[in-house]
Amino acid sequence: MSEEKARKVGEVICEQLVDAGKKDSDIVVLTSDSRGSGSLVPFAKELPKQIVEVGIAEQDLVTISAGLAHSGKRPFAVSPAAFLTMRSIEQVKVDVSYSNTNVKLLGISGGNSYSVLGSTHHSLQDLAITRAIPNLEVYMPCDQYQTIGLFKYLVKSDKPAYIRIGKKALNNCYDNPEEAFVKPGKANVLRNGKDIALVAMGETVPEALKAADLLEKQGIKATVVDLVSLKPLDTELLSKISNEFSDIYTIEEHSIYNGIGSAVAEVVATSGSAKLHILGFPDAPAIAGTQDEVFSYYGLDGAGIAKNVEKSIS
Amino acid sequence: MDVEQLEKKAIEMRKATWEMIYRAKTGHTGSDLSCTDILVALYYKVLNQTPETFKNEDRDRYIQSKGHAVEILLNILADRGYFPKEDLLTYSQFKSPYIGHPNNHIKGIEMNTGSLGHGLALSVGIAKAAKMDDKDYHTYVLMGDGEQAEGSVWEAAMAAGSFKLDNLTAIIDHNGLQITGKTRDVMNSEPLKAKYEAFGWNVVEIDGNDMSQLVDAFDLKPIQNKPTLILADTVKGCGVSFAENKAEWHRKVPTEEQYKEALDVFDKELEERK
Repeated sequence: MSEEKARKVGEVICEQLVDAGKKDSDIVVLTSDSRGSGSLVPFAKELPKQIVEVGIAEQDLVTISAGLAHSGKRPFAVSPAAFLTMRSIEQVKVDVSYSNTNVKLLGISGGNSYSVLGSTHHSLQDLAITRAIPNLEVYMPCDQYQTIGLFKYLVKSDKPAYIRIGKKALNNCYDNPEEAFVKPGKANVLRNGKDIALVAMGETVPEALKAADLLEKQGIKATVVDLVSLKPLDTELLSKISNEFSDIYTIEEHSIYNGIGSAVAEVVATSGSAKLHILGFPDAPAIAGTQDEVFSYYGLDGAGIAKNVEKSIS
Repeated sequence: MDVEQLEKKAIEMRKATWEMIYRAKTGHTGSDLSCTDILVALYYKVLNQTPETFKNEDRDRYIQSKGHAVEILLNILADRGYFPKEDLLTYSQFKSPYIGHPNNHIKGIEMNTGSLGHGLALSVGIAKAAKMDDKDYHTYVLMGDGEQAEGSVWEAAMAAGSFKLDNLTAIIDHNGLQITGKTRDVMNSEPLKAKYEAFGWNVVEIDGNDMSQLVDAFDLKPIQNKPTLILADTVKGCGVSFAENKAEWHRKVPTEEQYKEALDVFDKELEERK
């Protein structure tokens, strides 16, 4: 793992978009009064003609992006994930997915990252709805290298996609972009262990790695899988591990319903024999607290995951 | 085409649409007949677009936000040669691409529509792209007046005014009726002229079933920095006397008797214009 210090994914994305936008004037960014929280002020300064501000109007953000894409632009529509995937979801379904426009939907401050701002600002159901929409790739990068690799792909790709990112600076899980993001639908095995498998994505990947360290001290060897993309899903790898392990744990910053656990369950139930343990947010508004406090409360931090594993296999 | 030829074309297209709906036993009859003249003016006079140039970057764009009036659009596209007329015999049948709302797998259809309140924002995006790229094409979008109750319409109206999109013309098929009854009673969106003007638009009011007024309105030079709204007063069901101004004809299929009665009228009108 690289020693380079933790970085905010939003800032890394901005660098990637500035770089791509300088080479390709069709790369445009649309914001809904969200350029600050989206870390996109440098993009607006460097490429003022390639940013479109639509105001606090998330439905329009998506549909205007679709119109721009239809005319040859490569828009990145940026808005808090909570609004982008709920307020605008019909626009995503119709104008992006159904009309097949090359719009990249960047959901910022996703999951629980707005923490004490409350449920209005949490996106804990976004994976459920976006993964059910046809013709939409779904990503959640877990560190700066995966973000770089993913965006090098996205700025060239002609397919619609939803990308959810959080707010906090992330430690590195990888050493370079090439190993962090191989291609859509390709999950990465970050650690090999023979006893159990942990499957994570986005900000729960570092927690799964921490859990694997803690478990190792207890003599439990864990395999850690970073899904990288929820859609397309690496069903080949999941099918393989669902036959290799008797217990698989999914860890997600999302409702326990219809997210990563459900996606993995669909594979395990049809092609494997493992018992699946779904760790995520309960079917209720999230408790108030910092993101770390909340992760700990719901057992989604390294210690909580390890404890759950120990308890369930003992 | 001159106005007389356009008027005759409108009768032909009403007749073809009437036949298609009767044959398929489905269609938004009243809505199709309401906006027929607007679409004829656009496709035979205004749009710089042909089947051959449909993929050209410089073509004018037409977005039908009131997607349910698809039968008239399909008949016009077939008549203009975007696809063979016989294709429409499959309308609403198993596996047909010719379904009850615009489908962008069909040549001539820019974007999928049908869920109301999307077309104006799509058109804002398309017109904005033209501004960003210094292109001269013009974007036209047709909305219904019942559709004006959708909040997303007003997000887009605000954006079009703010972006100063003088390369965008919206037309409202202002027939005053929607499926439940009078638009004023269902949800009063009036006064539309004052509202759009307040959002930074230039508004032109016309009789939207009068071909010469339509042609004149589309001929007007846009006012610099302002999007244009043609508020076209129309009659739902226009051209079929017993269906005119009746909300129940929003999506009604004619009986055999009604079918023949209207067909006779269309044929007589076409005979007179020979």
